[in-house]
Amino acid sequence: MSNTKNWPLWEVFIRSRNGLNHKHVGSLHASDSEMALENARDVYTRRQEGISIWVVESKNISASDPKINEDMFDPAADKVYRHPTFYDLPDELKHM
Amino acid sequence: MTTIDLEDQFMKRVAADEKIEPKDWMPEKYRKTLIRQIAQHAHSEVVGMLPEANYISRAPSLRRKAALLAKIQDEGGHGLYLYCAAETLGVERDTLIEELHSGKAKYSSIFNYPTLSWADMGAIGWLVDGAAILNQVPLCKCSYGPYARAMVRVCKEESFHQRQGYEILLTLCNGSAEQKQMAQDSLNRWWWPSLMMFGPSDVDSTNSEYSMKTKIKRFSNDELRQKFVDATKPQADILGIKIPDSDLKYNEQTSHWEFGEINWDEFHNVVKGNGVCNKIRLKERQQAWDNGKWVRDAATAYAEKREQRKNESKQVA
Ligand SMILES: [Fe+2]
Ligand SMILES: [Fe+2]
Repeated sequence: MSNTKNWPLWEVFIRSRNGLNHKHVGSLHASDSEMALENARDVYTRRQEGISIWVVESKNISASDPKINEDMFDPAADKVYRHPTFYDLPDELKHM
Repeated sequence: MTTIDLEDQFMKRVAADEKIEPKDWMPEKYRKTLIRQIAQHAHSEVVGMLPEANYISRAPSLRRKAALLAKIQDEGGHGLYLYCAAETLGVERDTLIEELHSGKAKYSSIFNYPTLSWADMGAIGWLVDGAAILNQVPLCKCSYGPYARAMVRVCKEESFHQRQGYEILLTLCNGSAEQKQMAQDSLNRWWWPSLMMFGPSDVDSTNSEYSMKTKIKRFSNDELRQKFVDATKPQADILGIKIPDSDLKYNEQTSHWEFGEINWDEFHNVVKGNGVCNKIRLKERQQAWDNGKWVRDAATAYAEKREQRKNESKQVA
């Protein structure tokens, strides 16, 4: 028997309807992925909130560190030319 | 950066209504305050299932039974959302459960009162869930992201809880004289404990100041209590039953209902463990946990065996 006391933690992602992304809704404990899916159904879709569920063990998620956010997201900070409003075009030109 | 700088930065973020997320730096006091509050909230959801569970097999119709079951199931879900929010702060689920079962952690004292008649299912939904909603709606804007998000889910589910309770009382109040008396008796017993749900008066509330400063809390206990009285009085009038407070009177100047003195000795006594049901609630929780042990063990063993088989078949292939 495993000596971890808690069942592993799973993160739950739900697609509310086709055409939309799966979105993180919360987490839960379960002994395996099958149970995680069933528990996610019981807890997070009791009112028809979803048509598709993903579960992933929390320990498998790598997250960026907010402490280094400045460096991490710095490359995008000085690239205004990536936005449509950067370009000077005449007013007569509509819908571009 | 020094801790003082970090703390300063943190307070600025909170003041600017930015959300704090699990991996962000936060003061130890903030973390501890949140863990205590969220865990206590989670325990309340879970223990709160017990007084109502008592009536699943006693519901007067299939409609009522289905609604009550769905409500109680929701409360279990609320407990889970909240335990998960607490876990993002670095505390283990099993530790929280142990603290509940050992009596170290607190839960809302309202659940230490007995449910004596079917009308109590109505009064709990109307008053207890009603008070919980008033507490929880501002928590949707709490400074800690995971707690705020859990509260959004909870609040979406709560309104049916209050409505099904009120409908139970409405049916009783439109029934025979005895049925109406059941509803009145239930209001008599649940009114004052419901007012106590908002916690000690602002002058005596030890944790409030820090919680307000860090925007865990947005309204004081007394403000929320006043909102509750103002909202509930007209609802009692529609039912045609009387709030058991001879001091209750409308103040034209403030547009608020003034109410009588709360018996804080009773409140502190129940918090200390001397309420009618403190012992049985804890015992039932412990039993549920102990009786579920074989299920937890079996599921773990099954998962391990499956994992092993998967690895074995990989080697063969
Ligand atoms: Fe709840
Ligand atoms: Fe509820």
